[in-house]
Amino acid sequence: MLAWTIYLSFAGALLQALLPKGRPALSRWLALAVALSGLALAVLGFAAGMPDHFARFTIVDAPWVPSMGIHYLLAADGISLVLVLLTGLAAVAGVLFSWNIEIRTNQFFAFYLALIGGVYGVFLSFDLFLLFVFYEIAIVPKYFLIAIWGSTRREYGAMKLALYSFVGSAMVLIGLLAAYAASGSRSTGLVDLAHAGLPVSFQMWAFPLVFIGFGILAGMWPFHTWAPTGHVAAPTAASMLLAGVVMKLGAYGCLRVAMSVFPHGMDPWGFTLLGIGSWRDVFALLAVIGIVYGALVALAQTDFKFVIGYSSVSHMGFVLLGLMTLNQIGMTGAVLQMFSHGVIAGLLFAIVGRIVYERTHTRQLAELETMHLSKRLPFAAWAFVIAGMASMGLPGFSGFVAELQVLVGAWIARPWWTIVAGVGIVVGVAYTWRAMQKAFFSDAPPGPHLHEPGHELAAITWPEMAGVALLGAATLAVGLYPRVLLDAIEPAVRALLAGGLQ
Amino acid sequence: MNYLELFRATLPETALEIAALLVLVVDLGFLRKAALTVRAGTAALLGVAGCAAALWMVPMEPLGGLSYPGTGELLLAGGCTATAAQIGILALTALTLLLLIEAEFTRHVGEYVAVVLMAAAGGLLISAAQDLLVIFIGLELLSLGLYILTAFAKRSGASAEAAMKYYLFGGMSAAFLLFGFSYLYGITGTTSLHQIMLALYGGNAYHAAPLMYVALVMIAAGLGFKVATAPFHLWVADTYEGAPAPAAAFIASVSKVASFALLISIGTAAVHLFDGMPGKVEAVAGIHLNPQPVYLGFRNAWSELLVVLAAVSMVVGNLAALAQVNVRRLLAYSAVAHAGYILLGLAFFSYSSLSAAAILYYVLTYGLTTIGAFGVVGVVERATGSSRLDAFLGLHKRSPLLAAVLLVLFLSLAGIPPLVGFWAKFNLFAAVLSVQHSGVALVLVALAVAMSAVSLYYYLQVLKRAYVLPAVDETAIPVHPTTLAVLLLIAVAVVLLGCFPALLQGWIAGFYPGM
Repeated sequence: MLAWTIYLSFAGALLQALLPKGRPALSRWLALAVALSGLALAVLGFAAGMPDHFARFTIVDAPWVPSMGIHYLLAADGISLVLVLLTGLAAVAGVLFSWNIEIRTNQFFAFYLALIGGVYGVFLSFDLFLLFVFYEIAIVPKYFLIAIWGSTRREYGAMKLALYSFVGSAMVLIGLLAAYAASGSRSTGLVDLAHAGLPVSFQMWAFPLVFIGFGILAGMWPFHTWAPTGHVAAPTAASMLLAGVVMKLGAYGCLRVAMSVFPHGMDPWGFTLLGIGSWRDVFALLAVIGIVYGALVALAQTDFKFVIGYSSVSHMGFVLLGLMTLNQIGMTGAVLQMFSHGVIAGLLFAIVGRIVYERTHTRQLAELETMHLSKRLPFAAWAFVIAGMASMGLPGFSGFVAELQVLVGAWIARPWWTIVAGVGIVVGVAYTWRAMQKAFFSDAPPGPHLHEPGHELAAITWPEMAGVALLGAATLAVGLYPRVLLDAIEPAVRALLAGGLQ
Repeated sequence: MNYLELFRATLPETALEIAALLVLVVDLGFLRKAALTVRAGTAALLGVAGCAAALWMVPMEPLGGLSYPGTGELLLAGGCTATAAQIGILALTALTLLLLIEAEFTRHVGEYVAVVLMAAAGGLLISAAQDLLVIFIGLELLSLGLYILTAFAKRSGASAEAAMKYYLFGGMSAAFLLFGFSYLYGITGTTSLHQIMLALYGGNAYHAAPLMYVALVMIAAGLGFKVATAPFHLWVADTYEGAPAPAAAFIASVSKVASFALLISIGTAAVHLFDGMPGKVEAVAGIHLNPQPVYLGFRNAWSELLVVLAAVSMVVGNLAALAQVNVRRLLAYSAVAHAGYILLGLAFFSYSSLSAAAILYYVLTYGLTTIGAFGVVGVVERATGSSRLDAFLGLHKRSPLLAAVLLVLFLSLAGIPPLVGFWAKFNLFAAVLSVQHSGVALVLVALAVAMSAVSLYYYLQVLKRAYVLPAVDETAIPVHPTTLAVLLLIAVAVVLLGCFPALLQGWIAGFYPGM
């Protein structure tokens, strides 16, 4: 059943490409229908996993290239189910926030749905080759979405993103080929490769290669620079998807491929250099730097969207840090943070890129200051307050549970990670507060055009309200009752940890 | 060997030659007064019929071929690589002929088709050849045809210039090749590939090793020219740019398939040198980093040569393509890069059919994709008068189907799944790594994968013009229905073969029974 999330999305993309031009309404409703049915399938699939305590189950297993041992193997465990759910949510919200796309609407949704299909595919693949295929399918539509429908420096941002992604996937491909050859060229199944007994010396170089390859897409410092420019250049729906699910592809790949197939790559080297004794320490250090660096840079931005772009780098640092704790609570927190950040970043980008920018036509904080948006767009102001609180990690929102778990896990592993990451959280409060204050609640003298007639801002439309409600409800629901996702994530993480990860 | 046997073994080639003569007779004899489109259509259809007839006559039995009288040494191989490559050559030739239908570069369509068919016959010959003399004759038959085809647009100065460059380089490389062959004959006293390999492995040849290295370098230069590897690639960009589009498509696909089939034959002969001898021994493949040099006859030196050519081609081709502003030149440098990837497969050649099948898979699908790419370039060129990058501006508005075909083909060339180009690369690199697990092979595969990441940039430059940048001129581009059908067929094949890679792989594996 879950496999239909993939097929429906690709079929929707094909149908959109064949739609006649000049029928934008039809395209929109078709895209919404496809996204909604994907979400419904994801919810049903999630519910179906509940009775067996989210044990891994196979959806489809068919030989694809028998002579090379490649299977079309779709399966799901708790982690996959949570991320599929996130993809469904982000897809629906993205369609709602692209309701105002007027040029080449059918092409927009064709690329959009192809991207969604690829993302579903990655989260459900349990064959490394298949996972890689879906992973690459997700790259190309991103380029066109940004380059055609984007804004600020869109061609530059799009090409940068495409090349970064492709370099990352080239590293993954080298790791995949090498692992396939080293395991005797029999199978590319993730489970088979993990049990192939790859030599430790091999894992020692394959692990960092593949981890960085996926890490590039997860916004790992110092390979994060595509993320802010890409996010800013992208149209709203694409930035929502980029931050919401595409960066999660990278983090998911780090967990599912790099850490599960090459667990011994994280073993100690046998010597320490400046306190760093293994690849695990290296990547944890990069994650911590990413948290603090992203937050500090966000604090200094003058463009509203860049603030959110850099905050994504900071929040994804928590995901990578959680993964590197290698303990139950930290890794559970990492997966929950993937979900949480996906929802919250989607909401923030929607408010900044769609609700505010489409009305004010500026994202410069200095100009927004003079517009008194809290009075003129109260809906946007309150939505941003809620999203901002969630992003800061206030209790009651999903971000709180996730980041707390990551920090506890990090404390168990290495206390100083927690201390530095804690600084990042404090700065996080500061930049969110600053952006909120400047954009919405400033009492700077009003700009010259404020009281001119004919400059009334357009009213909030229903798709915007529905999208905000959907994402806001998701972060609140998980924040108030995290067990609903934790029940799915915890057994899967336990199985991963028991299956070779230390 | 009598003439009947010779005739039977070369039936497909004969069919092509007869078809060529038939085309000439019909075009010059009966259709003198007819309109150009009628003549082009008739000639192309007759040519396709000739390919179909030849296809029907390709010997399908696994172990046929033509031998020297009295010995078991083959002149022409049957089965395995030869058959698969010949079928590929005929199918690709038919596709390039169909692109001729709306071409306007010449009034002499009959001669054009005849020359294409004769060149294809040369291609069939070299993909089966197992003897130095047959190899040379086949190569010359193919090359001479290609020179003529390049020069076929008589009204275009670029075409004449390209043909002249191609011809001069080609003549030089043929001389190198012949020189190398003569040394090999001098060392071993035979022209049969199998006997040469055996003799080079033997003790006598050990003392002639320096001479053999000279011979191998000469041969590598000659064959490297044919498959467009750096540093023998200087003709490629000019030829691809100047030749008429259908001719360029033919050069980029059919000639490539045939030449790589020849290289596969050489590789197979090198690793199978002990076949048919008591006590079967597997020849060791790959480079050995032993402190003491191990003399392994032909095999080792050839591998090292190919490794160098492969690495240089991948780097030069991809980096030079970055700077191109003309799509044809871009395709030319990307052809150099692709030749580099394939040479990697040839350098690490497996005893089993694994490598041969992977290389054939790559070159056949690459040929198919390039024909489509040149087809699109040809249509755009006719509408805009240029094949520069800017000629593709706004293609998605001017002809949505053409743009979609371009998208599929170029992404496939860049190696994006689920298109066939990705699968071909994966298959090839997996074969390389399965021959040699670590060290040099892994570094080279890593270089190849990294370079294909570079290639995405220049392919996207074209797609960016077609889809992203604003159009200068929004008039629709007319596409002849036959051309459109051929291009769509190629695009669909690229998608389907990529989604179901086992189809073509199983088909190729079927030609290697028991391996």
